Amino acid sequence: MRFDEESEVTLRVNGEDHVIHLESRMTLLDALRDRLGLTGTKKGCDGGECGACTVHVGGRRVLACMTLAVSLADADIATIEGMAVDGGLGPIQRAFLDNDAFQCGYCTPGQVMSAAALIAEGHAGSAREIREWMSGNICRCAAYPQIVAAVAEAAGALGRTVNVTEPAP
Amino acid sequence: MKAFAYAKAPDLAAALAAIEDPGTSVIAGGTEMVNWLKEGIATPERLVDINGLPLDGIDARPEGLRLGALARMSDAAPVVAAEYPVLAESLLCAASPQLRNMASLGGNLLQRTRCPYFRAEVLLPCNKRAPGSGCAARHGETRTQAIFGWSDACVATHPSDFAVALAALDATVIIVGPRGERTVPVTGFYRLPGDDPTVETVLAPDELVTAIDVPAGPHTRASHYLKVRERASYEFAMVAVAAALAHDGGVVTDARLALGGVAARPWRLDRTEAALRGVSLDDTEALRAAVAASFAEARPLAGNAFKVKLAQRATLRALTTAGSRGMVAS
Amino acid sequence: MIAAIGGLRRPDGAAKLTGAADYAADTPVDGVTHAALVPATVATGRIAHIDTAAAVRAPGVLAVLTHTDMPRLKTIGSPPLGQSVLPLQDDTVRYEGQPVAMVLAETFEQARRGAELVRATYADVAVPRAFGDGESVTPRPGLISGNPAGRVGDVEAGLAAATTVVTATYTTPNRHHSPMEPSATVASWHGDQLTVHESTQWVFGTQMALAAAFDLPADHVRVVCPFIGGGFGCKGFVWPHTLLAAAAARVTGRPVKLVLTRAQMFTSCGHQPATTQTLTLGTDDDGRLTAVRHHSVNPTSTFDDYAENATGGTRWMYASPAIDVAVLVEHTSRQTPTPMRAPAEGLGMFALESAMDELAYALRMDPVELRLRNEPAVDPMTGQPFSSRPLPDCLRAAAQRFGWSGRPAEPRSMRDGDELVGWGMASVTMDTFRLPSSARVRLQADGRTIVEAGTQEIGTGLPGVLTTIAAQTLGVDPGSVEVHHGDTDLPETSGTFGSSATMGVGSAVAAAATELRDKLDALAGTGAYPRRLADAGLDSLDAEARWDPAERGEGRSIHTYGAIFVEVRVDPDLGLVRMPRCTATYAAGRIINPLTARSQMIGGIAWGYGQAMLEESILEPQLGRFLSKNMAGYLVPVCADIGDIDVSFIEDPDTDASPLGAKGIGELGAVGVSAAIANAVFHATGIRVRDLPISIERLLNPVWDAPTPTTRP
Repeated sequence: MRFDEESEVTLRVNGEDHVIHLESRMTLLDALRDRLGLTGTKKGCDGGECGACTVHVGGRRVLACMTLAVSLADADIATIEGMAVDGGLGPIQRAFLDNDAFQCGYCTPGQVMSAAALIAEGHAGSAREIREWMSGNICRCAAYPQIVAAVAEAAGALGRTVNVTEPAP
Repeated sequence: MKAFAYAKAPDLAAALAAIEDPGTSVIAGGTEMVNWLKEGIATPERLVDINGLPLDGIDARPEGLRLGALARMSDAAPVVAAEYPVLAESLLCAASPQLRNMASLGGNLLQRTRCPYFRAEVLLPCNKRAPGSGCAARHGETRTQAIFGWSDACVATHPSDFAVALAALDATVIIVGPRGERTVPVTGFYRLPGDDPTVETVLAPDELVTAIDVPAGPHTRASHYLKVRERASYEFAMVAVAAALAHDGGVVTDARLALGGVAARPWRLDRTEAALRGVSLDDTEALRAAVAASFAEARPLAGNAFKVKLAQRATLRALTTAGSRGMVAS
Repeated sequence: MIAAIGGLRRPDGAAKLTGAADYAADTPVDGVTHAALVPATVATGRIAHIDTAAAVRAPGVLAVLTHTDMPRLKTIGSPPLGQSVLPLQDDTVRYEGQPVAMVLAETFEQARRGAELVRATYADVAVPRAFGDGESVTPRPGLISGNPAGRVGDVEAGLAAATTVVTATYTTPNRHHSPMEPSATVASWHGDQLTVHESTQWVFGTQMALAAAFDLPADHVRVVCPFIGGGFGCKGFVWPHTLLAAAAARVTGRPVKLVLTRAQMFTSCGHQPATTQTLTLGTDDDGRLTAVRHHSVNPTSTFDDYAENATGGTRWMYASPAIDVAVLVEHTSRQTPTPMRAPAEGLGMFALESAMDELAYALRMDPVELRLRNEPAVDPMTGQPFSSRPLPDCLRAAAQRFGWSGRPAEPRSMRDGDELVGWGMASVTMDTFRLPSSARVRLQADGRTIVEAGTQEIGTGLPGVLTTIAAQTLGVDPGSVEVHHGDTDLPETSGTFGSSATMGVGSAVAAAATELRDKLDALAGTGAYPRRLADAGLDSLDAEARWDPAERGEGRSIHTYGAIFVEVRVDPDLGLVRMPRCTATYAAGRIINPLTARSQMIGGIAWGYGQAMLEESILEPQLGRFLSKNMAGYLVPVCADIGDIDVSFIEDPDTDASPLGAKGIGELGAVGVSAAIANAVFHATGIRVRDLPISIERLLNPVWDAPTPTTRP
């Protein structure tokens, strides 16, 4: 076992391998933004408190700001830049646009990544469930009702049943 | 963040060998350690990544659960939901879905306090951060601080929800180190601050948590975790209660209760548990009296006396909810 | 439901949804140097010594700047500066978090580490001056919006004549804007030309401040900001980090990127100051006001007088023969506060509308009826006619949509299981700030229409609004319109603040498009404009226009209005409040884009919920610092907090405000929410909460029986 302050790591992002030399202290978030130029993933708090940097690692939604890039050699990483379908908006992005589920747009990549995972997890069963399972992504513009509507719509489009008549919190 | 050297541990022996050096820290899910590194709360020379070790099992057996220290919160919750609702609830009301996907169960136990003085971006008077620097919270902002077991050196509370549920279920922590394996009850895992709040658990620097055992019993299904917080989600508890009951036709035969957000460790309500035996769950007055029995020793600070009241009411509510579950189940 | 709402989808939506929209910190710059700030750890004192040796030696560090070697900057005053004191110019520490050094390094990690290694020591450290310790004084001019004091009639006589008098003190806490995007600056020099990519609500204000600081003509400074990740006021003015990044780029001769940390966001770009407001209302037996007195005091810094105009709305809200309003400030150890959504009325209407609710209970009168009875015919303070005053329509419409008529008057009369249910309401108003702006519209022979305006998109949906205005004026398809924005090289616009952008920039676009249409109509031939351009042998034709609000509205009292009704559920054992539903109806001029307007109001209501229930930045009195500088300690609403929100608008085109008939909506939604919630909490529980936020202990305390606090174990 060898400890290294710096190393060469292969990051597989959106299906593409990137070999970068990095310091062990570099987070995945800074590696994506500063080294790979993938600035769609945003830094909101850099402390695990806002969800703006949500990406998928191994198909699970995680926070890039709380992940050391060096630990992800050979992991599958997906970011907002990989969410397009045939060069256009994917079904979740389309639902966000149609429901006006964002304003300033800064938290939006994280919201979309979280929504995609939430639907795959099977947590879009009702408006209440969506509210709870989208609560790791703060939207200071507070497009929350529209986000819930967009996630429900996208889940429906992706073949999930959603009960939207359930009472609010 | 100070630079550090990083390595992935190929096996448990290598990880244990690495942490014999006091300059080496362990990283698992990273949701705490990375923050500590950023804030300068931890400044290791070396970081050993234990995520590859085969310690992520989640085994439900007739005699109880064995939960690997590296199992993730989000993976453990659905497995334990039916037979141990208090555990599942404590996991699912914590943090956010993203953090629960990352955070390990062992790491969850080893969280450190959310005391704002401790978590500050600069060093404030805090005996946990800088021994001997004092406790600015003691006569400062005490709203979220302890009401049990604090000392003048430290008034902080432990933030874990899961640990509170484990404490109520008399779970044990499996620890390995150079001296072999040992088992410690969760209730004895944490230390009260006393004169040295830097030492928070009985885990030695050269030891690792490998698993958590939760014994089965008639009480685990009639259980509930109630978390009181102002934000509806993604917030630490102001007060939390883990309750597990066994009862015979509504008369309590066995009660286990632990509080979160009130002390440097999950706080078992021993007196209440004793007083509840033989009490009918319909007898609100008797339940209230039993709950109050544990609060005579509460020592609120200047800004958090309301937590004494709140904790009692939350305990009563959690008891009632847990009891109703038992009745539905039987 | 949303599909039924008309209005253009956001033209910038695809960019935001794919990560392609560039925010300041996303700007790609070759050879960029990363900057990190070192904040003061004391609230008041003097820098005795700064030891930079370890930082300078650290790997990757290029330079460390302190007040001893920082270039001297010139000031233009505030505004456009957020505060009058310039950074790193002297050794005085005026607030905790003030920058005392800046580290420049090759990478972000190296810069942050370098900043950790700088050791500052302080002298003459005094006890911080806290709010409530000092004297309340009349604010000096400068950062005051509106007149801090005003009086009409004889309040004492009005109170003497009153048969019912309500008087109470209300407090609101310090709050932080907490936009998701931390402030960021990327600065680079090319000779004496400075280019800055900035997260700002006012590119031209940033240009003005930088030009002044470096003694340059304005056209030597270009500020670029197409998108801002939220601002809510904290990016309205120019703060120290922007000047520091530009200075560092000049010193190092390299582009510099400075992104504030989340912790630094609590001490670098203002905050909403706490207020203590005293309201006195007197009425006759019929509930008609005989006197209104509203005084507010807020803390400010020791060096600037920021007066939060909390009593503003009280000037025009209700008819009364006597009104007395005043705002005082108190000098404390903190950074200069700044406007935050919603300033002024956002704070004052909590007090006024809570007091009106208290008055309604004292009179045993329905709170909606009380408000209707006090509807003024003209502005009660100035006597000016209102440009538009559809408050009664809002009250009636929202009450009907909410189902208010079924409400039992008595507190604690509705229950559902363990929960007490309460209904509360409040009137809503916001002042109308009208600011001049310019825009250019160009129609091209290829069929595209280009709208150009310097303004920045903050999330209000301005590109869609401008697209709609241009398309409607020219009679072209919205899909053929492109809006270019966020650059001082484009026509000058005002800031994206004060709910003013649709009025200002929108009116400028309408004027430019109208002028362009006239030019196009003057071309020979018939058919669509692109065809006529081609026939005339032209590639394009454009027109630029400036709109100045002075052209209209003189002598009118111009404001926006609304009414909000909420249902709360209170768990009385645990002191918890949730808001499952809310209905609000607004009259805010002509609504250009109903889709994005609705989103703005929903966002505002969620902001009001945060103000009511969650948000409080504790200024630790011993340390003189905002205690929890992170988003786990400073709580803003999450998705699970926000229930069903029903928003509607009343048709209210107001051509006194702008030729479009449009008025501002950005802040209106955040007004009145906290009062409606507090009033609903009273209705649910019988507990009147006059101090925000409505935390657990405020609802538990009245039935208190805990052991006495102890001081020794």
